[in-house]
Amino acid sequence: MSLAQMEAVAPEEAGGSLGRDAWRRLRRNPVAIAGAVLVVLFVAVALLAPWLAPYPPDKPVGQVTPTSIPGPSAEHWFGLDDLGRDEFTRVLWGARWSLVIGVVSLLLGMTGGLLLGLLAGAFGGWVDGVVMRLVDMMLSVPGLLFAIGVAAMLGSGLDAVMIAIAVVNMPIFARLLRGQMLAQRGSDYVLAATAVGVRRRRIVLGHILPNSLTSVIVQGTLTLATAIVDAAGLAFLGLSSNDPSIPEWGRMLADTQRYLSSAPLLAVFPGLAIIVAALGFTLLGESLREALDPKYRR
Amino acid sequence: MLGFVVRRLALLVPILLGLSVLLFLWVRALPGGPAEALLGERATPEAVERVKKLYGLDRPWYEQYLTWVGNVFRGDLGVSSRTQHPVVEELLRTFPATVELALTAMIFAVGVGVPVGYLAARRHGTWLDHLSVAGSLFGITIPVFFLGYMLKFAFAEKLGILPTDGRQDPLLDAEHPTGFYVLDGLVTGNPEALGDALAHLVLPGVALGTIPLAIVVRITRASVLDVLHEDYVRTAEAKGLAPATIRGRHVLRNALLPVVTIIGLQVGLLLGGAVLTETVFAFPGFGKFMADSIVARDYAVLQGFILFTAVIFVLVNLLVDVAYGLIDPRVRAA
Amino acid sequence: MVFRQRGRADVRAVDGVSFSVSPGETVGLVGESGCGKSVTSLAIMGLLPKRGVRVEGSVAFDGTELLALPPDKLRALRGRELAVVFQDPMTSLNPVVPIGTQVTEVLTRHRGLSNGEARREAADLLRRVGIPDPSRRLREYPHQLSGGMRQRALIATALACRPRLLIADEPTTALDVTIQAQILELLRTLVAESGTALILITHDLGVVAGMCDTVHVMYSGRIVERAPRHDLFRDPRHPYTGGLLASVPRLDQPRGARLEPIKGSPRDTIPWATGCAFAPRCPNRIEACTPEAPELVGERHALRCVNPLRSAPEAKVVPR
Repeated sequence: MSLAQMEAVAPEEAGGSLGRDAWRRLRRNPVAIAGAVLVVLFVAVALLAPWLAPYPPDKPVGQVTPTSIPGPSAEHWFGLDDLGRDEFTRVLWGARWSLVIGVVSLLLGMTGGLLLGLLAGAFGGWVDGVVMRLVDMMLSVPGLLFAIGVAAMLGSGLDAVMIAIAVVNMPIFARLLRGQMLAQRGSDYVLAATAVGVRRRRIVLGHILPNSLTSVIVQGTLTLATAIVDAAGLAFLGLSSNDPSIPEWGRMLADTQRYLSSAPLLAVFPGLAIIVAALGFTLLGESLREALDPKYRR
Repeated sequence: MLGFVVRRLALLVPILLGLSVLLFLWVRALPGGPAEALLGERATPEAVERVKKLYGLDRPWYEQYLTWVGNVFRGDLGVSSRTQHPVVEELLRTFPATVELALTAMIFAVGVGVPVGYLAARRHGTWLDHLSVAGSLFGITIPVFFLGYMLKFAFAEKLGILPTDGRQDPLLDAEHPTGFYVLDGLVTGNPEALGDALAHLVLPGVALGTIPLAIVVRITRASVLDVLHEDYVRTAEAKGLAPATIRGRHVLRNALLPVVTIIGLQVGLLLGGAVLTETVFAFPGFGKFMADSIVARDYAVLQGFILFTAVIFVLVNLLVDVAYGLIDPRVRAA
Repeated sequence: MVFRQRGRADVRAVDGVSFSVSPGETVGLVGESGCGKSVTSLAIMGLLPKRGVRVEGSVAFDGTELLALPPDKLRALRGRELAVVFQDPMTSLNPVVPIGTQVTEVLTRHRGLSNGEARREAADLLRRVGIPDPSRRLREYPHQLSGGMRQRALIATALACRPRLLIADEPTTALDVTIQAQILELLRTLVAESGTALILITHDLGVVAGMCDTVHVMYSGRIVERAPRHDLFRDPRHPYTGGLLASVPRLDQPRGARLEPIKGSPRDTIPWATGCAFAPRCPNRIEACTPEAPELVGERHALRCVNPLRSAPEAKVVPR
């Protein structure tokens, strides 16, 4: 095989060794292990909340008054909240909501963004111009303010929060995919495929898209972390569901802030839960990036 | 250089125009439409009709848009349904507080982040380096509102050394000619008011500055690591220069270029984060006003504030690009 | 000189390299890339990283033991008494600092000149290394200068304090061939004028032939042959030196004569502990080459070989 031919092999066809290499690096990286443990913990709690939780999440199980809120005890590990509900149960159930909101908003935003990026990258010309100006426009409003605007437009509620976060994340994925496509369009294997007469649609779908997958996965993992934190932030501002029985971490934090002196731990538990979830995906995403992109290793 | 600025400004025009269309349509798309948005949720049908006539909402949308844009250029962003004051007035009243807060956060982020990032790179592979990497990953994920709560609990509630909320002790006899309380303390020659204003900035500034801090640490560390391996640093060492000269002129002057770019992007993060931080600390700035407007569904305020933020954000980034050109001779020539 | 890396056995990169340079003398250090030439120069300057590297032995400068010198004392010597010109002028200048500052900072630091004096002196230095319109160049940034101009600026900086020892580490490798000759000529005249001792590090025997009084040929971290220039070119004894000479074009060979490359690459090397490192590539290899490495023997013409070349034909290398 001549050198020119070797260069023309698409990376994903030589991908077996790249993938195995990345996997080996990942397993050796303590940061990746820590991230994976946190993610598994978070997802397991989210899935198993109904079986793990000792009490119902939406009903009072003890007596409370605003001045005396019982703290952690043997029966109630995290104590009771201001309405007499079991805090531990609510933190466990909160993982469920957090996961749903995070995943749904990520999938929506990722799909939308990738479609925009695909449009811009595949057609180029004025389509690219229009899409990228739109992306610039969206990025010119600070993320959280943009999300506030969208959520407020849709009225409050969980679906409004999910759509808002999805819209805010769209330009990130659009830019990512377009950049990847532009970079790969000039690469040797795409030129080679074009030269032997492969149709453009096949090149895009069969070569460029799969090759962009690793960056999309990395970005997706990191975005999941910010989506969870942003969703909590919107809930904290009162833009999430009005239903007080839904144990949403951001809202739990907002509702219990005023007990700073009488029951300070009430806000600490949901806060720590948000950190566990977000940190897990952040660590995993960062170590994935390191493992997949040799340039990033240090 | 001037040509560069003009070109960049020209690029902003379509972005801001497009954004104004989006924000205009945004209010049309609100539940209940713009009339209700102006009047608030409990508007009677008759009042809605009256307002529609009054504001020309029965005319075609493009005419309405042009009217609106004209008003924006004349400095009229509408009236807050919550306070019944013009939005522009509210903006001018609350923004100085947020500027003070954002500057505090930035000073904290850069003032702590650059030395930490530099030291981590210098001691690459040591416990200090690992700690800074772990710390910055952790710092990026901490929700601002939770960090604010913890700071309030530790330093205000438990230790009692810093104020819990607000910008100034209401019992203090302080005048505010400029609206920037730190500046006010200086110009009125009132050291007590100055100290009090500064004390009120510490906790929210730290809370708001933590994510930028984490980012600055990461960027500085990576950048210094790159620069330390450069040949010109070895040349500088070979010249036997004083360590301070090598550090400042040869390492940091190059390593801080990426940090300058990042600072511009952080401004967006700070303005967004200000909404959460100011809510936690009841800090009467632009963000707190916006948070209150969300609860009150005060759309005129949201529309005006978001537009204003976008303008500030793109202008700051333009400034950063210009500054970058001034620092890096290679860009200046290009 | 020992490189250590956690979890791996220490690597002895350079071993038993010993030589001396007198004022006004030019000594060549020759070898393929990776043989330890540059590491040797960095060790002399004290520029190797503290962690992970151990330098053993002695670097004596005019009676001062440099290896034992505290860092600040060494700093005071570097740039004033000891100077170095590195290989790549494109990367050896700081891109965001004007050329002027990069020249004057040595003068203000080591000779205590004021900024104004230093600038005048710097303009003078640039003129001496052949940079036209020096006062304008002082205000410019590295990217505005050509590669040859940058190397001239670096040489001017290195010579600013009239050092007693100059190390030129592949000073012409990164430059165009036409510029190479100019830069070498410049080095030669400047060294001759000032009586500076010069260590010239290169892989190019053509460079050595034109400049050096004594030549040290290095292979895999050790000196394998040392001789005055004329002796070395007339009578190379080590098979490696012979191979290097055979791979360079010569005037005394007919046009179109084949150049003989040395077989293999520097990677095909065995540790000195198990014999002569060059043995795997050596045309003269015999039983005695392993497992015991030969010692460097001889006074005027020293050699580390058990089966050296016999009298080689008189060689003339194109001087650059």
